[in-house]
Amino acid sequence: MIWVAIGVCALGCYLLKLAGVSIPPGVLERPLVQRIADLLPIALLAALIAVQVFSSGGSQPGLTVDARVAGLGAAAVALVLRAPFLMVVITAAVTAALIRLA
Amino acid sequence: MTTSDLDPAQRRQIISDGLAVAVATGAYGISFGAIAVSSGLGVAQTCALSLLVFTGASQFAFVGVIAAGGAPLVGAASGLLLGVRNTLYGLKLAPLLDWHGVRRAAAAHLVIDESTAMSVTRESTAAARIGFLSTGVGVFVLWNLSTLIGAIAGDSIGDPRDYGLDSAVGGAFLALLWPRLRTTRSRLTAVLAAMLALGLIPVTPAGIPVLAAGVVALGLALRGREVTP
Repeated sequence: MIWVAIGVCALGCYLLKLAGVSIPPGVLERPLVQRIADLLPIALLAALIAVQVFSSGGSQPGLTVDARVAGLGAAAVALVLRAPFLMVVITAAVTAALIRLA
Repeated sequence: MTTSDLDPAQRRQIISDGLAVAVATGAYGISFGAIAVSSGLGVAQTCALSLLVFTGASQFAFVGVIAAGGAPLVGAASGLLLGVRNTLYGLKLAPLLDWHGVRRAAAAHLVIDESTAMSVTRESTAAARIGFLSTGVGVFVLWNLSTLIGAIAGDSIGDPRDYGLDSAVGGAFLALLWPRLRTTRSRLTAVLAAMLALGLIPVTPAGIPVLAAGVVALGLALRGREVTP
């Protein structure tokens, strides 16, 4: 099932890219299309953060607060300090790992 | 080739800029590889995502749903929604790159955040093509190599939670989101989407809260049409 999903995601993502370079450019001028393209990734990424940090996981997930929240906070601090992507990710991981050690 | 209108110094500069971006981006393929394997994917599946999907945020979304115990096809749907922005990039790039047929079909696979950023600002087709190819090919090679390294390393380290890898995913998404939060509307969208997702986590299967957030974005986009014509 995972392989099928990978195939669907790969084919779909490629077709989305191909559509972009193939469709006549006039479509881009519509402000609605532009706004959807701007806001869609923002909404999805924000929701992904919420799920990734606060879901307890498992078959019946609930909300939980644990070391991941501290990791997210540390990542935010790293971003304010203009750290590069990899440093932000490492900061989040190390913070959570240290809290679990303590 | 139509690169004759660029002098060698400009050409070198564009290529070295593109490769610098590729090195920086490629490096976080290591975190993708490690996170994907710790989410329960095999090394081959992880590498297939980087080779065939080849758009970072969609790949992270896919493995995020798998890690949370969601249905694989829900993961694929989340990845597809995030991939919609590449369509918009393509619309901007097509007239600039001016490729057709097989070349355009091949170039389409390399349409991602970084290759777009390094080519849409160029003033000539020749410069745009060099920027697009040096960044796109550079990221493709390094992203896939580093994914493999991360996947193999991630496979042999034991419980990923001991290393905070579950927390790394949240940090990765935040880093992807951060530069997009420049306007009030974008911040409002992010807050509403996160709150909606939190509310849905206990009552819906994994992956659904993220898809529901896409609806928030569509709603705000439609509403904005009336406010700012």
